[in-house]
Amino acid sequence: METFIAQILNGLSLGSIYALIALGYTMVYGIIQLINFAHGEILMIGAYVGYYCVAVFGMNIYSAMVLSMLASSVVGVLIERIAYKPLRNSGRLSVLITAIGMSLLLQNGGLIVLGTDYVPFPQVIERVPYHFFGGHLMVTSHQVLIFTVSILMMILLQYIVGYTKIGSAMRAVSHDREAASLMGINVDNVISFTFIIGSSLAAVAGVLLGLYYQTIHPLMGFMPGLKAFVAAVLGGIGVIPGAMLGGFLLGIVEAMVSGYWSTTYKDPVVFIVLIIILIVKPTGLLGKNTSEKV
Amino acid sequence: MSKRNLSIICIVLFLVWGLVFLATDVFGFINSFQQVNIIWAGINVILAVSLNLVVGFTGQLALGHAGFMAIGAYVSAVTTMQFGFPYPLAILAGALVSFLMGILIGLPTLRLRGDYLAIATLGFGEIIRGVLVNIEYVGGAAGINGIPKITNWTWTFVMTVFTVVIINNFIKSMHGKACITIRDDEVAAELMGINTTYYKTLAFSLGAFFAGIAGGLYSHYFFMIQPATFALQKSFDALVMVVLGGLGSVTGAVFAGLGVTFLNAALIELGAFRMVIYSILLVAVMIFRPQGLMGNKELSGKIFDRILPKKGGNDDA
Amino acid sequence: MKRLLVILLVAMLSVSIVGCAGTEEASDTIRIGVNYELSGPVATYGSNTVDGIKLAVKEVNEAGGINGKMVEAIILDNKSDPAEALSVATKLMAEENIIALLGPATSGACLNVVPAAMDAGIPMMTGSATNPDVTVDPVTGETREYIFRTCFTDPPQAIVGAAFAMGDLGVKKVAIYYDNTNDYSKGLYEVFKSEVEAAGGEVVAEEGFSADDQEFRPTLTKFKNAGAELIYVPAYYEKVAKIISQARELGIDVPFLGADGWDSPDLVAIAGAEPLNNTYFTNHFSSSDTAPVVAEFVAEFQAEYGEVPGSFQALGYDTAKLLMTAIENAGSEDPQAITDALAAIADYPAVTGTLSFDEAHNPIKEIAIIEMVDGEQVLSTKIAPSK
Repeated sequence: METFIAQILNGLSLGSIYALIALGYTMVYGIIQLINFAHGEILMIGAYVGYYCVAVFGMNIYSAMVLSMLASSVVGVLIERIAYKPLRNSGRLSVLITAIGMSLLLQNGGLIVLGTDYVPFPQVIERVPYHFFGGHLMVTSHQVLIFTVSILMMILLQYIVGYTKIGSAMRAVSHDREAASLMGINVDNVISFTFIIGSSLAAVAGVLLGLYYQTIHPLMGFMPGLKAFVAAVLGGIGVIPGAMLGGFLLGIVEAMVSGYWSTTYKDPVVFIVLIIILIVKPTGLLGKNTSEKV
Repeated sequence: MSKRNLSIICIVLFLVWGLVFLATDVFGFINSFQQVNIIWAGINVILAVSLNLVVGFTGQLALGHAGFMAIGAYVSAVTTMQFGFPYPLAILAGALVSFLMGILIGLPTLRLRGDYLAIATLGFGEIIRGVLVNIEYVGGAAGINGIPKITNWTWTFVMTVFTVVIINNFIKSMHGKACITIRDDEVAAELMGINTTYYKTLAFSLGAFFAGIAGGLYSHYFFMIQPATFALQKSFDALVMVVLGGLGSVTGAVFAGLGVTFLNAALIELGAFRMVIYSILLVAVMIFRPQGLMGNKELSGKIFDRILPKKGGNDDA
Repeated sequence: MKRLLVILLVAMLSVSIVGCAGTEEASDTIRIGVNYELSGPVATYGSNTVDGIKLAVKEVNEAGGINGKMVEAIILDNKSDPAEALSVATKLMAEENIIALLGPATSGACLNVVPAAMDAGIPMMTGSATNPDVTVDPVTGETREYIFRTCFTDPPQAIVGAAFAMGDLGVKKVAIYYDNTNDYSKGLYEVFKSEVEAAGGEVVAEEGFSADDQEFRPTLTKFKNAGAELIYVPAYYEKVAKIISQARELGIDVPFLGADGWDSPDLVAIAGAEPLNNTYFTNHFSSSDTAPVVAEFVAEFQAEYGEVPGSFQALGYDTAKLLMTAIENAGSEDPQAITDALAAIADYPAVTGTLSFDEAHNPIKEIAIIEMVDGEQVLSTKIAPSK
């Protein structure tokens, strides 16, 4: 039983990372129905900016976090303006392929510019283990931090989308881009704003990922990004609490497969779960069923 | 196509085969590096043309092509090494298993829309790789090595021409027309009474069949195969070729397969910059020419009417 | 438009047929082909090795080259793809006029290149491919004449490691955590397991992880409950650092044991000094070794790159140095003469241990056991190789 609870805890901490990344995916998808494959790479850029701020310029982690959010937002908006905007009225296929292209570009450009080595991320927030039940259960300060941040981010996002002016503009754009534009909403600005939020979230996730797993690397964003996307789909893409739920579920599934079966089956099982969900309930666990627009 | 043009095409193909054959196997003009590239060119053309059938002609973005290539490579390697199958039979076995997997995977997933389908097929590609890593019979992550090197220019050429001819004929057939209708408007196709799931699965598994052939050629040329070889990156490579060649053009895919192979060889000294160049190309083509370089235009036998003017009337009209 | 395309097609074919018949003139430098993973998933191994190779070439050239000729390393990237590694190797052999090949880093890529190097009769050396089949043909059992390696194959390190665990550390129950996507790691795991079992020990848990895993807590939790007294992690430093620090967090305080893949200054930089106490690894070299050949190399490497070298850099340096020594000994640029000179190498004072080649073209050198003490590598024992 203790082992089981320990594995649930392991899963939740992994899951909160997926959840944090998935929130960014879901935001962008919710507004412009684009799988931003480059999201994982924006995360990587955020992590490197955070690293340079802390390790090279000696800033504290909080200002480093803010700077990395800013830098990632700039990159995110640039990507949107250069690569996605010209394709806004083209088929989904072209946009998706462009997104894959951007992801490949940032990964390979990263390997050239940032080098191929794993870079140790300075442990500026101390790792304190808290033990419970005579040492059988354990959580670290980092796990608590990531869990808390992901919950706070979800609440903040819900608030922005649900209760602010820009939020209602975002919902309008998501619902019907043309109508929103006719109503006097500046669609370009709303989409840029969406990318700013999504990229900032990625930057936060990137810095936390660096702290938590102790290294950063130009390819660090790809796998977590893919998994987070799976999490977003699992919970119902476009639905903010869904990203959270999907992230936690995915983390727990991975921990259970690794803990009770074998690590090497973890990835195949994750993708099998994804495919089952897609086939049985394509809108995800919390998604509303909508008929396809013709 | 007129009989005359058909025969001209046959002559041209025979000349290409013969010249390269003489240059490599008889006179040794072509050094070992270019020989590797020529085999790659064939494999890449097969991959590009077969993926184009799924992505370009049927409009289904599938990101698991490398998975089918892996199945073809593994099955054919195991059948030659463990069961002593003759080479052509082994290639066929790999392609057939890949075809069956295509049906198995296609039936449930092809009901999904664009992005969901992309992610589901990507997932299947990863599942195939993950399963191979866990099968000790095929060497797990280390893969199989010591596969006999049987693939040569002639086999590659025959398989490539076979792939292009079959897919080209498929597209020109009623089946192909149905696939194109689905790409252009799936709802309308359904209303017209086209069984969309059937045609999508057919195109998908046919694509898988030929990816399996490419895998068989690969494993019998490169001596060893590992699950890591057939990672997502290979699927993306195939997609790059399809996009560059043109979504919905067989000749475009052939050119792109050849072009990317020789570009890769020519730029080998740039090393890591090559991948940067491809990704920029991919994005640029999508922005400025979303239908790909060739679009959906084809280069057909009629071209010879212009190059070699006919004496008589145009029997092709 | 169409006419253009036809011209394009014809041009492409003629390029592919004619363009490759390039002539090669004899060069006035000694050209060595370097075929490594500089991009893609295992770019870390390749680029670290190449740093060592570049340093060795620079050193030899500054000392006047070999027999009065400068050495030129033609460095190409194989994208971490075995098929690309073969393309790169054939390009180097057919078009670059090289007399010897270095690389690739991984066994998979090496196995793909080996037949081409054998056909061409070009000596090829690797500093990190541990699969026995690289130097010995598994079908005929014959040593491949032109292929050499400077790293250990898997058995010696795992045998010494198992003896150390059962003897010096006195443990009976071990758990093994290996990289399932890596030949080297799997090879060590298999030998270590059979050695432990042969010596009356018990493997209470064994698990593989995959190359892009970062979360090891679920499996470590499993190990903890299995009652392991030692955990063997034959993997590379980046994973090892994470595994150990996550294990220590979970309250797992048993010793960890590993192999030369651990050796990198980044091991401590990632995991921190404290969690690494009570961990050991087998190695051929320690950057804190006081032997002059090691100290000199470490100082030079630091002057060149501003960082402490790890084992990939050291092996890259040794491999290149050894090849150039063989070329000098051969007194000729004939690949066959160089191959013979390589096979004749004996007691060569390499950074990674004094080295001779055995009949299977594997190095015979001492194995050191290194203990991590407060972030420093401390030489625990040196064990002479035994078959």
